[in-house]
Amino acid sequence: MAALRFDPFFRDMSHPVKPTPVGAVVILVVLVVLSLAAIVPLYWMFATSLTPSAMTVRFPPELIPTEPTLDNYRAVLRQPNFWNWVRNSVIQAVSVTAVVVATASMAGYALAKLPFPGSRALFWLFILSMMLPFEAILVPLFLVVTRLGLVDTYLGLLLPLMAAPFSIFLMKQFIQTLPSELIDAARVDGASEPRIFWEVVLPLVRPGLAFLGIITFVAQWNSFVWPLVVTRSSSMRTLQVGLVLIREQEPLFFGLQMAAAMLAAVPVIVVFFAFQRYFLRGVTVGALKG
Amino acid sequence: MSELTTPLGSAGGDARPRAPARGRGQERGGGTRGVTGTSRAWGVAFVAPQTLLFLAFFLVPVVIAFALAFMEVRPTRMTWVGLDNFQRVLNDQLFGRALVNTTVFTAVVVVFWLGKALLVAYLLDPMNATLQTFFKSAFYLPAVTSSVIISLIWLWIFNPTFGLLNAFVGLFGVEPVAWLGNTRTALPSLMAMQVIMGGGSSIVLLSAALARIPRDLYEVALIDGAKRPTIFAKVILPLIRPTLLYLVVTGTINTFQVFEAVYVMTQGGPQFATTTVVYRIYQEAFQRFNLGVASAQAIVLFLITLVLAAVQFRLLGQNVEY
Repeated sequence: MAALRFDPFFRDMSHPVKPTPVGAVVILVVLVVLSLAAIVPLYWMFATSLTPSAMTVRFPPELIPTEPTLDNYRAVLRQPNFWNWVRNSVIQAVSVTAVVVATASMAGYALAKLPFPGSRALFWLFILSMMLPFEAILVPLFLVVTRLGLVDTYLGLLLPLMAAPFSIFLMKQFIQTLPSELIDAARVDGASEPRIFWEVVLPLVRPGLAFLGIITFVAQWNSFVWPLVVTRSSSMRTLQVGLVLIREQEPLFFGLQMAAAMLAAVPVIVVFFAFQRYFLRGVTVGALKG
Repeated sequence: MSELTTPLGSAGGDARPRAPARGRGQERGGGTRGVTGTSRAWGVAFVAPQTLLFLAFFLVPVVIAFALAFMEVRPTRMTWVGLDNFQRVLNDQLFGRALVNTTVFTAVVVVFWLGKALLVAYLLDPMNATLQTFFKSAFYLPAVTSSVIISLIWLWIFNPTFGLLNAFVGLFGVEPVAWLGNTRTALPSLMAMQVIMGGGSSIVLLSAALARIPRDLYEVALIDGAKRPTIFAKVILPLIRPTLLYLVVTGTINTFQVFEAVYVMTQGGPQFATTTVVYRIYQEAFQRFNLGVASAQAIVLFLITLVLAAVQFRLLGQNVEY
């Protein structure tokens, strides 16, 4: 098979419009330059995190640390609330992901397979709300949470992030593709709806659940604006907000800042490489009929 | 960089084979046969948790936003002030400045970021799977890294005294530049950062769209004697248009909300050169506690977002089949 033949220029030999070898080299050069521009900053975070503070305030900077040290990481771990920030970020990412995956798949199942009066209208309400950026409701949302007395509490931090119309849409599109005959058969056998959901629907949409879980986890771990406005006390801050606090307190300790940034980046980078295929598949879920 | 949510929900409409359109009959009839009254009750129960969250933390805030925009909000009481807040927003020169900054930022970033993504996806398309995976990962890595982290790294790279960028341009004999401290370079620096680090998920989406183009179409074009530029313009572009439309719309809306980079790197300065709309709203609401004015600003932002999306659908949506 042509596609399996080894090509020293990394071309797909079955492609109808293959580049010439020279063209392929040009393509590789362009790709390397553009990707290096995006990767070098990440490398620079890593390199600086290992560089002793005294060496970072020296010009020109050294590209490879000549005296690598873990002192910056030790200094980060000594930050007064660092472990609180880690704990809060873990609580946020894990609990929001768990609740969103569970409730959005329930809602998706109901909207796809268990129509009730008004369910279409509800679905379109969710769709419409996806158009409104979170920043546009930040102020009134903060006011609601203030009125509920939830500022600077876990409930105030987590509950608003758990409202996830987009995830409902995603799960509805996944569940919609399941053959209804399977569900009917289970129903004829006398299975209750919760049992059908648990034993028939969920196992069949496992890839969808995994996908939703992964992207929710990463988005929550990285989220900044809501944790910034809804938390007050230093011990309630999350890691992303903590990074900014470290930089405000120690503006000239670049090694310390980069070590803290590394610690915050590593979990999502691990998730990315562990679930690479989910990120790179380019999932597009169904089309909205316009 | 808040691109994480973009690789999925393709409202632009590239239906994947795995999510086939439902037959009309089933769509109308709604769901499955044998849906009894009890099943319907379960349906209500299943949507209840998300619906309650949605009501409390989305619908109620939206309604309140519209109400607040017409009120003066004090810690003790609220008074109805009619259109005063909107009057203040319109007269607020800083908000006007923020609108201009954000529009320039969005226009430049979207054009270059999408151009880069299209170029990379197009160059990757005729390459083998191993190479594609390698480069897609490389471009995607900054997209899973948080905006705060990216901003901190670039704050360090842009550092006027010890930063990497001045060391780099120094190799070409350029004098050190205060990239973020100068009114002329601050906003362009933020735009460059966004373009250089962005594009990961768009590349993946565009790649998927390119891979879906039937190969016979290329072969027919080649038989007709078409050259690469013609194939790109006449075969490729029309077929990936829905994906491009989707990326332009979501990209513009997301970029218009730029906040983290400004908050972390410049606090809107120097001399308001990088003050953006969301940053201005943040200042008004959470530093000056003018919740009424901030709500009016948020409504202006919301309306701009709507208009942007509508215009783009009209301009780019012709000949797109949904």
